[in-house]
Amino acid sequence: MRGGWRGNKMSAIQTIPINWYLLLSTVLFTIGVLGVLFRRNAIIIFMSIELMLNAVNLLLVAFSSYLSDSKGQVFVFFIMAVAAAEVAVGLAILMMVYRNTKSSDINMLNKLKW
Amino acid sequence: MINLVWLVPLLPLIGFVIIGLFGKQLSKGLVGFIGCGSVLGAFIIAAGIFFQLTGQAEKSITVELFPWISAGKLSVPFSFLVDPLSSLFLLIVTGVGFLIHVYSVGYMHDDEGFARFFAYLNLFIFFMLLLVLGSNYLIMFVGWEGVGLCSYLLIGFWFKNTAYNNAAKKAFVMNRIGDLGFLLGIILIFVTFGSIGYHDVFMMAKNFSSGNPVLTSITLLLFVGAIGKSAQIPLFTWLPDAMAGPTPVSALIHAATMVTAGIYMIARSNILFTLSPITMEVVAIVGVCTALFAATIGLAQNDIKKVLAYSTVSQLGYMFLALGVGAYTGAVFHVMTHAFFKALLFLGAGSVIHAMSGEQDIRKMGGLKKYIPVTHLTFLIGTLAIVGFPGFSGFFSKDEILANAFEHNKLLWFLGVLGAAMTTFYMFRLYFLTFKGSFRGTSDQEHHLHESPKSMTVPLMILAVLSIVGGFIGIPEVLGGKHFLEEFLKPVFEDSTLRLIHHLPEQTELILMGVAITVMAAAIYYAYKTYIVNQTLPAAEEEELTPLHQLVYKKYWIDELYDNAITQPLNFISHGLHKVVDNQLIDGIVNGVGTVVNWTSSKIRLLQTGNIGFYVFVMVISIVIILFTRMM
Repeated sequence: MRGGWRGNKMSAIQTIPINWYLLLSTVLFTIGVLGVLFRRNAIIIFMSIELMLNAVNLLLVAFSSYLSDSKGQVFVFFIMAVAAAEVAVGLAILMMVYRNTKSSDINMLNKLKW
Repeated sequence: MINLVWLVPLLPLIGFVIIGLFGKQLSKGLVGFIGCGSVLGAFIIAAGIFFQLTGQAEKSITVELFPWISAGKLSVPFSFLVDPLSSLFLLIVTGVGFLIHVYSVGYMHDDEGFARFFAYLNLFIFFMLLLVLGSNYLIMFVGWEGVGLCSYLLIGFWFKNTAYNNAAKKAFVMNRIGDLGFLLGIILIFVTFGSIGYHDVFMMAKNFSSGNPVLTSITLLLFVGAIGKSAQIPLFTWLPDAMAGPTPVSALIHAATMVTAGIYMIARSNILFTLSPITMEVVAIVGVCTALFAATIGLAQNDIKKVLAYSTVSQLGYMFLALGVGAYTGAVFHVMTHAFFKALLFLGAGSVIHAMSGEQDIRKMGGLKKYIPVTHLTFLIGTLAIVGFPGFSGFFSKDEILANAFEHNKLLWFLGVLGAAMTTFYMFRLYFLTFKGSFRGTSDQEHHLHESPKSMTVPLMILAVLSIVGGFIGIPEVLGGKHFLEEFLKPVFEDSTLRLIHHLPEQTELILMGVAITVMAAAIYYAYKTYIVNQTLPAAEEEELTPLHQLVYKKYWIDELYDNAITQPLNFISHGLHKVVDNQLIDGIVNGVGTVVNWTSSKIRLLQTGNIGFYVFVMVISIVIILFTRMM
């Protein structure tokens, strides 16, 4: 482990081995992907996307701590900020979709094709 | 005066710009004034240059104006060369040009394109002056192309007539063939000498041995250019057709100035030609063949301008004969006298056509002597000059050419005399049929017969005087005269004449002269007997002609021959290429590419289902595949 930050004192995160973090975020991410792929309700898809983002966030934080490098955590804040903005826009779009189709089924939105 | 030489071409250019841009707004009087005035100004300066040049010892002055082209080894300044040859041509071009401008004021007065006509004429004068003034081959080439352009514009001046347009195109295309030769010649000069300035080239050429193959190729290529521009066999057929243009154009461009550009070019490059005996022989043979051939065609033509056109071709042939036998002075002398009398004859013909309300067929004329006395008298003087009547200008120049030809080769002389006899016959045939006998046109035309206005007759009179006295600057020594022209042009032809020394014994020269005069007198008598005593008339269109007569009347079917041998096969091949290569092959490839792209995209676009789930699915699968391949 290179460049130990403030000596060898372990943070709380490091009490759990890194592999568990990897496993957890992989599972979360896969759930997110599958949710996006197989659900038709736009809100659920939206939530799945958030799940994927947060799986990545978790991994970033874990690595950041293990490598004693704060850049990863800074990056997480950016992702959260972007996700918040995305939610604002995305929910607004969903509102409009619902008003037009009286449903939140994304398969109704298939007009843009050949 | 010599440092003002840049004004000489500039004045007509200014005239062209003013008339060309504002011609429609200006009154006809003002247009005529600007058109004639600019050329008169140029003539006055040219005369000043001429007299200054005769008075000083330095005979070759280069006036550099500005650097023009500089690329790699090639460096071409825009500069003018003032020497006896160019100053003489300056005088001919501006002098005869001015008279023809004045004549045009009267001749074109009722034409709606009056201003356009003068704009073109001034542009022509500008390019012609550029041609003779330039101090290197490139400027000459620019002028060369420019006069070709003006010739095209003026032949097709009445552009609503398809036949006239075709004549213009024919002239342009045929000139283009010659120009290619000229251009290749210039390139070869540059490759050989590393320069295209006259001074450098001629200095270096002196060190070449006679008969050098490179020089022979250069001169042959230059001669191809001269053939095109000066209407020699085989590229002469455009000149008779060029008579479609207004008559002053025929006089200025297609008789006096432009068509002599080829002679000027060869006279200018005399040292190159002198060192290429093979080319000299070719030039002489082509010249004498053209002189003879065109003269035979002239015997049977019935259009007053066509006769003069073939006569021009024939006279140009004489000039080339002179060049070919090394008589450069004789050629230039004949250019000058020919400019006088042929311009006079054409303008006289224009005056006749004017009087006849546009009729050009000599079968419908006759007896015009009493209606248009001034035209008649001047035309007679021109006729006497061209046939070489003793004392008139043509006599001296033609005699000089024939004497030189005799010395070079007796056969050339004999053919030359034969051509001269035919010239005499057809010119007097023309004269008798037009002015003598009784009027054969309609009574309408007879009523309308009138002498031309002063602006037309005065140039005729001046040219008539010049046609008489023009020869006196070159009286042969055997007649007790002094050849001023030869003295004057000596610096230009010095190096060539050193190599071509010739002097005939005096008796021989006198005998030759006597023979020429006798032949001429016989031809005049024969023409008199045929057309005055027997009152023979040329056959009407519908009459049956003897085969020989038919052959000559139809101009040996040369036009038809070219049409069948060159134009139609070319058209046929082009048509075939168009049908097969262009329509089938090229279009097939282009359209095929389009079809293939259309078909594929029509299939591929089906992927775009509009189903978002599908897109995401494809994306995920692709990412997974990419990841797996990366990990491998």
